[in-house]
Amino acid sequence: MSFDIFLNVAIGGVLTGLVYGLMALGLSVIFGVVRVVNFAHGEMMTVAMYLAVAAFTILHLDPLLMLVPIAAVLFAFGYLLQAGLINRFIARPEHSQFLLMVAIAIIIVNVLLILFGPDAQNVQVAYAFDSLQVGPLIVDATKLYAGLGAIAAAGALFAFFRFTQIGTAIRACADNYTGALVVGLDVKRLYALTFGLGTACVGAAGCMLLLIFDVTPTVGPSYTLLAFVIVITGGLGSMPGALVGGVLIGFTEAMAGLLFTPSAKSMFAFAILVLVLLFRPQGIMRRRPA
Amino acid sequence: MIARLLEGMPRAAAVLLALLFALMAAAPLFAGDYLLTVLILILYFAYVGQAWNIMMGFAGQLSLGHALYVGLGAYTAAALFVHFGIGPWIGLAAAVPLCALVGAFVGFLAFRFRVAGVYFAILTIAVAEFARVGFDHLDWTRGSAGLFLPVAQYARNDLWHLRGHPVMFYYILLSATAIAGLGCRALLRSRVGYFWLAIREDEEAARALGIDTFRYKMVAVVISAAMTAFAGVIYAFYYNNLFPEQVFHISRSIEIILGPIVGGIGTLFGPILGAFVLTGLAEMLTGALAALGIDIPGAKQVFYGICLLAVIVALPEGIWPWLSRRLGLGSDKP
Amino acid sequence: MSALLAIDGVSKRFRGLLAVDRVSLAVPEGAIVAVIGPNGAGKTTLFNMIAGVHAPDTGTIRFAGRRIDGLPPDQICRQGIGRTFQIVRPFPALTVEDNVMVGALLHRRQAPQARLRAHEVLRWLDLYDKRAQRAATLTLPDRKRLEVARALATDPRLLLLDEVMAGLRPTETDRMVAVLKQLNQASGLTIVLIEHVMRAVMALAARILVLHHGAAIAEGAPEEVVRHPAVIHSYLGAEDVA
Repeated sequence: MSFDIFLNVAIGGVLTGLVYGLMALGLSVIFGVVRVVNFAHGEMMTVAMYLAVAAFTILHLDPLLMLVPIAAVLFAFGYLLQAGLINRFIARPEHSQFLLMVAIAIIIVNVLLILFGPDAQNVQVAYAFDSLQVGPLIVDATKLYAGLGAIAAAGALFAFFRFTQIGTAIRACADNYTGALVVGLDVKRLYALTFGLGTACVGAAGCMLLLIFDVTPTVGPSYTLLAFVIVITGGLGSMPGALVGGVLIGFTEAMAGLLFTPSAKSMFAFAILVLVLLFRPQGIMRRRPA
Repeated sequence: MIARLLEGMPRAAAVLLALLFALMAAAPLFAGDYLLTVLILILYFAYVGQAWNIMMGFAGQLSLGHALYVGLGAYTAAALFVHFGIGPWIGLAAAVPLCALVGAFVGFLAFRFRVAGVYFAILTIAVAEFARVGFDHLDWTRGSAGLFLPVAQYARNDLWHLRGHPVMFYYILLSATAIAGLGCRALLRSRVGYFWLAIREDEEAARALGIDTFRYKMVAVVISAAMTAFAGVIYAFYYNNLFPEQVFHISRSIEIILGPIVGGIGTLFGPILGAFVLTGLAEMLTGALAALGIDIPGAKQVFYGICLLAVIVALPEGIWPWLSRRLGLGSDKP
Repeated sequence: MSALLAIDGVSKRFRGLLAVDRVSLAVPEGAIVAVIGPNGAGKTTLFNMIAGVHAPDTGTIRFAGRRIDGLPPDQICRQGIGRTFQIVRPFPALTVEDNVMVGALLHRRQAPQARLRAHEVLRWLDLYDKRAQRAATLTLPDRKRLEVARALATDPRLLLLDEVMAGLRPTETDRMVAVLKQLNQASGLTIVLIEHVMRAVMALAARILVLHHGAAIAEGAPEEVVRHPAVIHSYLGAEDVA
């Protein structure tokens, strides 16, 4: 195999990894602030993917165009879920929160199954087979757009947390829950906003991932797992860590697919997860707490 | 012996339990084929739910990858049977130590490296998923094409080779569930049981009372894994086909834990009650949908999800603690 | 005669903050020693080093002649040191009796024997009538008593009590003092207690160690210590002598 192939696959893996990173970013933001692990994360992304499929087949709207509206729908979904249900579970034990999310995940998977059937679906955009050639490198247009979109969405989220007042308030909640209550922040509402932002991330990521992969109702759990692997690799609660972890896992999967067999690629992601859990449980991007 | 195992149980609870057991023992006399398969499913979940409950309900270690032990147990016994003609009971003698070893490995990694809480749960998923993908590529067990056992002849029941009528499986699972229940009760009332509860409630306080928490958590994982291996062996010989995509899948792990959670985590009767409630509800719903001529794949699971949601919102401790108070049985330990 | 607990020059540093600075203390078998000092003086850190939560950076700790510094908490407890936590940590979902059973089972294999021991300890601490209650439902004074009962059930030779009087009413304090005195006299139980309630300290302790900013600034009999200028200046001057 020539070096060019490696490079091409690596770039494809990194671009896909950026989208994974955006998806994981949503999980990380939710955990970092609300301290709830969203075990229905991947399932929520399949909701976004199916919304994009529906928009494309019925209205012929490009998934990239639908990115913002779908992210908005997912935001509303996340906001309502947190405000209506999850807020009540904040003080409950971890397994109780986990079960709540599992129940939601089961409902999502099967509602999608009822609505869209079990078969894989995708979108045939005009540029599906376009590619850009830069010297010896060939980059798929879909992956390029997806990767760039992921960077843009992640950038917007960073900016929100850094420069807006609400973003600062949310960070305050994450740092010190009691303190935030004392200074009069409406923590429950901020939690709902945060959960909404997290699900908006998977909404956007879902639109872009649809350019690269097919979707089936049952693919949700594997994306949930993938998001865990990425977030733990990058450091649970760390925003840059999620993106870096996403790129690392995207790259690893691409290489595993090239060197071994595509169907075994997730084994490598799990191997990375286990190694990180054992030797660097705080993730690759965070300092070890004393 | 039995009297000793039942010692200290409220009389009302003991009588109810004896009645339930008698009813279950007599069930094949009047149950049709369909009801029998449902009851087998219930007993299967009651049994593995109890095994999982030892880890989570007693020792407080959340495993989301128990399908790993079902799958390993099933594949070990099935592969030995297919390749070497080795019978299931000898296969069991291989499957149980293997699962205990794998459980010990997972436990060792997690507890030595202080992987706890959510991280521990994710580690258990990761190991199960690793096994799923691994078995997909393992030629010895026919990979993703699936491993098939020679189909059972119903002419006569061969207990030694586990070839026969579902009634045989029914009684095997009924005995296993009953033995598991008595075993769990004995464990919970013993030294190790108290230490598990202490670890579940507050690990640091448990250590301060001299409990070697690493050791007792390991004991919980190993017992739970070994018990689950038995369910795997029965699964293989009952269904006669195994696909990594099915047996190791995360949704199998979740099915295992729903019963104990709905019934009541950490209680003795919860996993059994939960299996009855969930499987019963699901089958009734399937029946109702079929009667109405509706055939929607997924409808049953949506209902499942909604029931689960309702139970965890309304009865966070599960049905059994609530029910036993209602029945005036006092303690939530039957 | 060598001490049951011999602490020799132990220090502990957390991120640059010297929490405990070369503290030494010898506790003879059968003694009751109090460790006092303002908040943040390093009392609990010292306890945590004895109990195995932290390993000291320097110095040694010997119990019954054996080095125990750096051992994990469970091994230290098995050697005969029981401890309570300043912020009580009962097993909330378990009954009072079962909480104490856990401790009693440390040196007893069978549940029935452990139950006898648990009942004995529960009677000492006036919790016997509440034995069927869940620990989560207890009031704070009862939780403090449960904390002591649980540690006592492990049959310790040395009991480390971290502010078990805090939050008790004076009559309850007197009762606790009486119970501890009785245990000390009847079974020779050695006790080291961190305490702010001077009423209890003066009633119980034969010796007092005063910590300030991690260092021992005075040690001696109660009457001497409370008259020590450095103590009055740094501690008693700042806080009410109850």
